Amino acid sequence: MNELVFFINNVVVSGIVSSSIYAMGAIGVTLVFSIMRFAHFAHADMMTLGAFFVLGLTMLFPEIGNAIGLPSALILMPIAMVMTALTAVGIDRTFYKPLRDNNVKPIVLVIGSLGVTLMLQGLIRLVAGTGSRSMYIAERKDIFRLELPGELATRPIVITEPQIILFVFAVGAVVALHWFLTRSRLGKAMRAMSDNPDLARVSGINTNTVIAVTWMIAGALATAAGTLLSLDVTLKPDLSFFLLLPIFAAAIVGGVGHPYGAIAGGFVVGFAETLAVFNWAVLLRPFQDMLPAGWELPTYLAFVGTEYKITVPFFILVAILVWRPTGLFKGKVL
Amino acid sequence: MKLSTMSQSRRDLLLLLALSIPVLGVFLTMGPAYGVRMSVEAACYAILALGLTIQWGYAGQFNAGVMGFVALGGVSAMLISVPPNPDFWDSDLPGELGRVLLILLAGIAVVVAISRLHRLGIPKQLRTALTIIAALIVYLTFVNQLAPVAGAIESQAGFVGGLGLPAWLGWIVGGALAGGIGYFIGHICLGLRSDYLAIATLGIAEIIKAFLKNVDWLTRGTATVSPLPWPTPGAGELGFVLSRSLYLSITAVVIAAIFFLLHRAYHSPWGRTIRAIRDNEVSAAAMGKDINKRRLEIFVFGCILMGIGGAALTSFNSIFDPTGYLPLNHTFLVLAMVILGGPGNNLGTLFGAILVYIIWIMSAPLALFLMDTAVVIGQSWFGWEDPGNLDSRALQARVFVIGLLISLVLRYAPKGLMPERVPHHR
Repeated sequence: MNELVFFINNVVVSGIVSSSIYAMGAIGVTLVFSIMRFAHFAHADMMTLGAFFVLGLTMLFPEIGNAIGLPSALILMPIAMVMTALTAVGIDRTFYKPLRDNNVKPIVLVIGSLGVTLMLQGLIRLVAGTGSRSMYIAERKDIFRLELPGELATRPIVITEPQIILFVFAVGAVVALHWFLTRSRLGKAMRAMSDNPDLARVSGINTNTVIAVTWMIAGALATAAGTLLSLDVTLKPDLSFFLLLPIFAAAIVGGVGHPYGAIAGGFVVGFAETLAVFNWAVLLRPFQDMLPAGWELPTYLAFVGTEYKITVPFFILVAILVWRPTGLFKGKVL
Repeated sequence: MKLSTMSQSRRDLLLLLALSIPVLGVFLTMGPAYGVRMSVEAACYAILALGLTIQWGYAGQFNAGVMGFVALGGVSAMLISVPPNPDFWDSDLPGELGRVLLILLAGIAVVVAISRLHRLGIPKQLRTALTIIAALIVYLTFVNQLAPVAGAIESQAGFVGGLGLPAWLGWIVGGALAGGIGYFIGHICLGLRSDYLAIATLGIAEIIKAFLKNVDWLTRGTATVSPLPWPTPGAGELGFVLSRSLYLSITAVVIAAIFFLLHRAYHSPWGRTIRAIRDNEVSAAAMGKDINKRRLEIFVFGCILMGIGGAALTSFNSIFDPTGYLPLNHTFLVLAMVILGGPGNNLGTLFGAILVYIIWIMSAPLALFLMDTAVVIGQSWFGWEDPGNLDSRALQARVFVIGLLISLVLRYAPKGLMPERVPHHR
């Protein structure tokens, strides 16, 4: 049973954590991709930016969380979400809109977003330095150890407070987004514009509003993902390039333009990563006694080493591009 | 038409003359040894930029993974030019390693054979499933066979060592290796939309870096390999200025050769086909041009140039450090050079390479100066505390400057300072 607990701690919990992060990032990427038709490379840096906004606010009000019993960073996160959403709209107005107005090819917008990535990275590091930081300033991270009943397992299931918050938040955000996209006027306008921008424009949809709302949603979700990730581990300014590939893989696996597909893609990529680096020999250990004498089970049996974790989303991406470019949910091939 | 060509040539000449001012400035303020070193590095970057300009400028393919090809060139230069490691060759480890590699080759042959099974009448789905299973088994076997040998090499000999051949051979091998890997990537990704190529190349660059960082038996990983021999006499024999100047002349010859070949290729029917595909793929296809083949060719050529440039750069730095390959230094800097200079214009690309490299190395001292000034003013006027790590922060100003440069160029000079001149024959 200890082996099963190990599996839960190392695969189920950490898989859900990284999947939720990827899913929240991929929703933003897929919305931008389907409405403005370019791959937004600066998305992971928006996550970092949002997390740094939260860190700045937390440094101003470190004690605010004590009143409710939640981390201060979480209480202050909505303010940072608004700040990042407005920043995202500002970035779009300053850097992407002039390019769009010139009718450039989408790939030029991609290059523009690379320029924005570098500027954001440079600014963040100029202001905040290059070291990693903890989001907990006046508090400590709560860690829950769930003892299993009975004699079966001696080790507890370990789960931390930010992981629970992350999971609850991700589910809430997805439900809210679903409600927004299917019930509200603006959400329907967004879907219309993603299906056919010209038709949407002639039927009287204000494309500028739709684009601004898209950036707000993307920025707010990126902030949440970045903050919750750095609550769970630490806040690093050079996070972005490691997040970018899994997020794009998740968006493309789910099918570009499908927010629900992006969630599914996030879970596919997140769990594929965790399962690929998991040492399967641990699960086989209880069966050692059943084998005939002389048979040895290998002590290390993982598909890829932890240092090659980044290859997993890449291979998923390539496989999906080769076999099913529309993604699992029949997205667009732009 | 003729007049505008004239005025454009004059503009190019003026820009080149203007460029000599910052170059002279660096030579005068920082000394000749530093100036020559900067010129060599700028020249190596110019080779990389020429590689990117044929992919992005000639053919409109956006490669966001220049770093990976630079690293491949670097590892080739290292493996070819570093002296052999007697600890490795005198033991029985080469035989062991050869056996593992033979297993790999046999495994690949089996997988390829299985992937051809549909010719014998086996359903395609079954074939795909069998191929994947076989590939997984071969992969796990190979990894398990390699692990003990790799461990033995690391503990007994450190790493396999080089071949002790001249450095210029390493540059050629680096180009070939980068071209080979580029062929595989291009084969998979070129048929897709350009965004996907950017994402895929970004990923492959990180994978190449992760691989080089972790195969300690081949590259010593984070322990780094140095010194790498130069193709010219080193600083110990001739002094800094002269030895670096010799190195510079070799890179200049390489650039001149590439420049000449690119010029011929650009104006040949092949070059016109490439431009036709870039500007209107559908009509080029309707004219009967083999689009996928041309695109693959140009992608591979670009990767070859990047491999050569990366090898030259790594040889010059005289250290192979896999962690030293950064997306910023080796991908986005090159990108900024190409789009500032003028994608598709070789002369413009050279101009951009030198100008952006000077901006790049001068932005950190300039930012430090500005920050120091700000601190002095802040301390005297408002009593600020200085955060203490200004040096490392000022270095980050380069990131911002390159990003700003890319954004400004796209906004105000989308065709670069020396736009591509498409010849019209009347």
